[in-house]
Amino acid sequence: MSTTTSGVTAAPDLGDVLPARKARGKIGMFIHRHPTIFVGGLLLFIIFCIGIFAPFLGTVDPTALAPARRTRPPPDVFAWGSYWLDMGPKPPAVQFIFGSDMLGRDVYSRVLYGTQISLLVGFSVAVVASVIGLFIGLTSGFIRSVDTVVMRIMDGLQSIPGILLAIALMALTRASVQNVIAAIAVTQIPPVARLVRSVVLSLREQPYVEAAVAAGTRMPVIILKHILPNTLAPVSVQATFICASAMLTEATLSFIGAGTPPIIPSWGNIMAEGRALWQVKPYIVFFPAAFLSVTVLAVNLLGDGLRDALDPRLAKRI
Amino acid sequence: MFAYAVRRIIATIPVMGIVALFVFSLLYIAPGDPAAIIAGDQATPADVERIRASLGLDRPFLVRFLEWLWNVLNGDMGVSIFTNLPVRHMIAQRIEPTLSLMVLTLTFAISFAVPMGVVAAWKQGAWIDRLVMVVAVMGFSVPVFVVGYILAYTFALQLDWFPVQGYTPLSQGIGPWINNLALPAIALGSAFIALLARITRATMLEVLSQDYVRTAKAKGVDQKSILFVHGLKNAAVPIVTIIGLGFAGLIGGAVVTESVFAIPGVGRLVVDAILRRDYPVIQGVVLMFSFVYVIVNLCVDLLYTVFDPRIRY
Repeated sequence: MSTTTSGVTAAPDLGDVLPARKARGKIGMFIHRHPTIFVGGLLLFIIFCIGIFAPFLGTVDPTALAPARRTRPPPDVFAWGSYWLDMGPKPPAVQFIFGSDMLGRDVYSRVLYGTQISLLVGFSVAVVASVIGLFIGLTSGFIRSVDTVVMRIMDGLQSIPGILLAIALMALTRASVQNVIAAIAVTQIPPVARLVRSVVLSLREQPYVEAAVAAGTRMPVIILKHILPNTLAPVSVQATFICASAMLTEATLSFIGAGTPPIIPSWGNIMAEGRALWQVKPYIVFFPAAFLSVTVLAVNLLGDGLRDALDPRLAKRI
Repeated sequence: MFAYAVRRIIATIPVMGIVALFVFSLLYIAPGDPAAIIAGDQATPADVERIRASLGLDRPFLVRFLEWLWNVLNGDMGVSIFTNLPVRHMIAQRIEPTLSLMVLTLTFAISFAVPMGVVAAWKQGAWIDRLVMVVAVMGFSVPVFVVGYILAYTFALQLDWFPVQGYTPLSQGIGPWINNLALPAIALGSAFIALLARITRATMLEVLSQDYVRTAKAKGVDQKSILFVHGLKNAAVPIVTIIGLGFAGLIGGAVVTESVFAIPGVGRLVVDAILRRDYPVIQGVVLMFSFVYVIVNLCVDLLYTVFDPRIRY
């Protein structure tokens, strides 16, 4: 701060008043601006790697039975802790770090392999539902005659609670991962179609679309070049939420016996098998549950972050 | 208003018709031979034919659909393949626990989530706001049955405050009834609370930034009236909308919650039916819940005019 001879105080330099700006690199800036995208993306990346590298992470055959080693508990954290702190005796050697289930299968290996199923179902449902929903939404947003009929069908479809619809579909087909994906995708199409349609309806009134029409651009070109790109941002946000909800639905379906065939280790199946013993051996349910929750949390965080980044107007609010 | 209500009620008829058509045509849309799948792997060809005939799959689609629709309108939802009992009776026997669970969950969730959202909006950015948002994101990410197991393990097995499983009918007193349903209702309500608290917060923030709220503050209206009279009342429309839409998730969650806590409700009926491939039962339950869902959303629509008299149709 400086004072002039006439005694009038001059405005202080900005540098004196404002806090020093932290120098951040590009990545640092990104993390600072979108912490949820960063945390969610990082978690998801780790889980993705766990899924892909499951065979190399010290796992054994997740379906290998070992009746002699049934329901071995995971290592006792407190016993090992006191041993390492030189406060207790050495606990028995650890055979299964997540324990073993009632057929002697290694819960750790099963949970790691289960990651693959959850990710596969989540991403496939997100892609399938978004693509079909985009197609339906674009068509009904542009063609009036199609609109009334299709939207009534979507109304009907949306009036059937998602899990029940998936249960009914699964009861009529043979249990397989593809059928689970198809059954969950059917329940997720109406919201995407609705979202795309509403975007299309507002976009088609935009001057640049009118200009394209006036210039004689053909309808498919307008849809593909001028409308479609503008729907991708909201649809990709919606797709992440669909992915999260599909993972939960798959686990729920498998848990009640209407999902992935029991022979495939999915998180829902592991929990379904641990159900009978949960009062005495809660760890069989606990580990897949923890993995599922963290994965869904990661995808939800990513979705929240994406929405905030793509729609800054909403960012402060929701 | 009355004319609107009548119009709105009539408008649900086609939706219900489409729902019925959809639920019915699942049998035909599903890939493969549903009769063979329902009969199972050990079935003889005669068994498959018997099931095909009992489902009416051997007759033309339209004839069969109209016949089935007529029966449903008369309250006949078919006969269970496994028990040979009318589906309607099986559902009627099981409806009380499910209804109790839903009512208790809704009451509990609304009375928790709405104040949570209001406080979070009021103290935007403060620790309590962040806490509510963290709880909300967690509630979305943890499946209902996991919450159920954690609650049952902690409060029933370890602390022994509540029974682990089961259901006591309301006729045996309200105390035991609530005691038995408390944990299931909290488990089922967790995701709903997350959704509702988030929407309440978002809507309240929107409303609290309006000019009339600033005016109310300026003329010295006390905080409570601003939040609940000026704020919450005007935020009611989106909130009840979400309660209506979230009902679908509540129905799906009830199916799972009943399995975790061994509640003999309609959800258990469906889960048992899946294991036995008892399709008529599944179809009946899906149809019933879909109609309930449509009616709940009809009520929500009709409530709009109560909360916001500006809405005139």
